[in-house]
Amino acid sequence: MPPTELLRSETVKETEISKHTISVLVDNESGVLARVIGLFSGRGYNIESLTVAEVDADAHQSRITVVTSGTPMVIEQIKAQLSRLVPVHKVSDLTLAGPSVERELALVKVIATGEKRVESLRIADIFKARAVDATNNSFVYEIIGSPEKIDAFIKLMAPLGLSEISRTGVAAISRGTLTM
Amino acid sequence: MAERILSGSEVVLQALADQGVEVVFGYPGGAVLPLYDEIFKQNRIRHVLVRHEQAAVHAAEGYARSTGKVGVVLVTSGPGATNAVTGLTDALMDSIPVICLTGQVPTHLIGNDAFQEADTTGITRPCTKHNYLVKNPDRLARTMHEAFHVASSGRPGPVVIDLPKDILVGKAPYLEPSQVQHRTYNPVVKGERSQIEEALEMLASAKKPILYCGGGVINSGLQACKLLTEFTRMTGAPITLTLMGLGAFPASDKQYLGMVGMHGTYESNMSMHDCDVMIAIGARFDDRVTGNLDFFAPHSQKIQIDIDQSSINKNVPVDIGIVGDVGHVLEDMIKIWKAKQYKIDANALDSWWKEIEGWRGKHCLSYKQPKDVIKPQHVIRRVHELTRDRKTYITTDVGQHQMWAAQHFGFEHPYEWMTSGGLGTMGYGMPAALGVQVAHPDATVVCFTGDASIMMNIQECATMTQYRLPIKTVILNNRYMGMVRQWQQLLHGSRYSESYSETLPDFVKLSEAFGFTGMTCNNPADLDDAIKKMLEIDGPVILDVAVDDKENCYPMIPSGKPHNEMLLGQETDGNEAIDSDEGMVLV
Ligand SMILES: Cc1ncc(C[n+]2csc(CCOP(=O)(O)OP(=O)(O)O)c2C)c(N)n1
Ligand SMILES: [Mg+2]
Repeated sequence: MPPTELLRSETVKETEISKHTISVLVDNESGVLARVIGLFSGRGYNIESLTVAEVDADAHQSRITVVTSGTPMVIEQIKAQLSRLVPVHKVSDLTLAGPSVERELALVKVIATGEKRVESLRIADIFKARAVDATNNSFVYEIIGSPEKIDAFIKLMAPLGLSEISRTGVAAISRGTLTM
Repeated sequence: MAERILSGSEVVLQALADQGVEVVFGYPGGAVLPLYDEIFKQNRIRHVLVRHEQAAVHAAEGYARSTGKVGVVLVTSGPGATNAVTGLTDALMDSIPVICLTGQVPTHLIGNDAFQEADTTGITRPCTKHNYLVKNPDRLARTMHEAFHVASSGRPGPVVIDLPKDILVGKAPYLEPSQVQHRTYNPVVKGERSQIEEALEMLASAKKPILYCGGGVINSGLQACKLLTEFTRMTGAPITLTLMGLGAFPASDKQYLGMVGMHGTYESNMSMHDCDVMIAIGARFDDRVTGNLDFFAPHSQKIQIDIDQSSINKNVPVDIGIVGDVGHVLEDMIKIWKAKQYKIDANALDSWWKEIEGWRGKHCLSYKQPKDVIKPQHVIRRVHELTRDRKTYITTDVGQHQMWAAQHFGFEHPYEWMTSGGLGTMGYGMPAALGVQVAHPDATVVCFTGDASIMMNIQECATMTQYRLPIKTVILNNRYMGMVRQWQQLLHGSRYSESYSETLPDFVKLSEAFGFTGMTCNNPADLDDAIKKMLEIDGPVILDVAVDDKENCYPMIPSGKPHNEMLLGQETDGNEAIDSDEGMVLV
C-alpha cells in the first residue's frame, strides 16, 4: 500500500478506540499464522476475531481476516507491523477502505423441551437461522450474518436452553468493484 | 542452464560463498556435523570457533556493524540454537544483519522430542526478522539467498535458517543468487517526492530546528553518513545523535551537540525540548531518547524518515512521515534544498545557536580528575586521546562504562562504535570485539567493559588467544554493577541489594591463564603509561583499571521525567534521591 495512505498524521492524534476489520493476504506457508498471532500477542494488540483459509491454491495464498480495536495510532501500527512480515503480500483496512460486507457463521446448540423448544424455533425463524440437526430435545441452528446479528440471536437463545456455540469468526470483503 | 545437484551441505557453503561470505562464527554439534565436514574440505570460508553460541551471534554483529556486511553464524540444534537466542534478540533490537544457520534433527524426527531437538523456528520467531525451516531440498538454495536479501535489505535484522540433518546429507539442486527473485519482500527505498518537498519547506521555515539522527543512518551506509554531514552543513542546523547513531556525524564538528537521551548532553536534550522543527532520520523515538512522552519536544513539528513504516508514528506522532532509505532520501533532500535555494532564517538560527551555546556553557560532561583515584570518564578520554593516530574500533558492554564511552569517546566516523543499544546485553562487548578484529585484523580494537559485564562472556578469552586477536579489553572496575548501584542510590534509598561484585577474579592471573597479558592500574599518574603499554603489546590484553566506585553517570534524565529536567550531577554531587513513584516502575 502507498505509504501516504498510512502516514498522514492528522488522523492519528485522536485517542478514541475504534474497531477495524483488516484483511491480510499471505503466502500459505507453515508458521505464517503463528507470525500474525504472535505479533498481536507480543505487542499487546487485541484480537476480537481471526479467520484464515487458502483463497488461491495455485498461488498458495491465504487470506486472514482480523477484527481488532485500538486508537488510530495503534491501528496504524498494526497495519504497518503486519505489512513488514516477510510472507505478507497485502494489508487492507476494510473499515477505512469504504463500505464492506462482513459475515460470520455460527452453529448454536439449544437443548430444551416443550414451550422453550418451540420458542427457540420461532426465534430461529425470525433470524432466518436453519435447524441443521434435531433430536427430541435438541436443535443445532446454523445462522449466518453480521457478528452483531449472531450476538443478538445468541442472547435470545440464552434463556431457552442454549448449551453450546461454535462461531467461525468474521469473513469480510469490500463492496462494489474495489479489490485488494 | 543445467541444474547442479550437490549435497545439502555443499549447497549451503556454495550459497555462502556466492553471497560473498568470508567468515562464519560458530560452534559444532551433532546436527551440523555434515556442514562442519564441508567446512573442513574447503578454504574459501573461514570458520572462527567461539566458546559459546551467544558469543557467535555477538561476534557476527560486531563483524556486520563494523563492515556494513552480513554477519554469519553457525550453531547446532537444541542447546546451540537456544544459546543463540540472546544474540538474535540483540541483533533484532539494533537492526543488525545476521544470518544464523541452526542445525535441526532430521525431518522425520521433528516433533518427536528427539535428542537435542528444539522448536527453533518457534522459539526464534519473535526474535528474528524472519526465519525458515527447510524441509524440502528443492528450497534450500532459494532459502539461503532469500535469507541474505531479507537480512540485509529494508530495516536489517537477524534471519534464522533451520537445517534438518537429512537435508544437509541428502542431495539438493543449487541455484545462483541471480536465479532467485523474492516474491513479497521488496522494501520501499525511494521517499515520496511531495513529502520530501513538504518536509524541506517545514525545515526551511524553522526558527529552532534540530536534526535527530540514529542507527538507521549507519545501516544505510557510509554514503548516507556523508550525505547527512553534507545536508547538516548546508542547513546550519544543530544535530544530535542517538547511542546507535554515534559516528554518523563527526563528533568534533561544531554543529554537533553530543548524544541525546537519558545520558545525553544537556545541550542536546534542551535543544530537543525547545526545538520548533525536529527532523528524525533513521531514529525511532526510543524511550531512552524521549523521556516522558507527554513532555517530549512540546512545541515542535516533527518530520521522520525511516525505512521501516512501523517506526513512524509508533511512539510519537509526526507531522510528516517519509518511508524510504535514509541515503536515498538525503540525496533527494540535498538536491531539492539546493534547487529551491532554501535557507533557514539567519537571524533566527543565530539566536537559536546563542541559546544552545548557553546550554553548552554548562559543560555537562566535565569532571575533576583528583590525584588519588582514577575517574572512569578519564580512562575513556585518555584511551581516545592515545588512539587518535590509529584506526580504532570501540565495543562496550552494558552499564555506566558504556554510557561514559558513548559520552566521552568522540566518534568521527561510522562503523567504529559497537554497542548493545536496544537490548542492553551485558556480555556483548568482548565477543563483538572478536568479530570486529576478525574483520579488521590490522586495526586497534578496544572493548570497554565493566567488572560485572566481562564475566558474562569471559570464556571468549580463549577465542582471542586461539586466533591471536589483539583485542584490548579495558575494565572500568568499580567493584559494582555500577549502573544498578546508581539506580539503587537514586531510586531505592541507597539500599545496594546484590549489586556489589563480591568475588572478582584476579584479572591479571586470569589473562595469563588464557595465555595473554593482564595489567592493572590504580594510580592516576600511571594511567597513560598503562594505556600506551597496552596498545603496544602485540596480542590480546586485559587492562583492569580500578576506578572511583562512587562515581555516577551524569547527566541523567530520570525515567518518567522530561528532557528539561535533567540531573547534572555537578550540582547534586550524586546525592540527590529521585522522588518519583512513576520513575520507580519504569526501567
Ligand atoms: C544480561 C544482562 N543482565 C542484567 C542486566 C542489567 N544490568 C544493566 S547494567 C548492569 C551492571 C553492569 O555492571 P558492570 O558491568 O560492572 O558495569 P558498570 O555499570 O559498573 O560500569 C546490570 C546488571 C543487563 N543489562 N544485561
Ligand atoms: Mg562495574
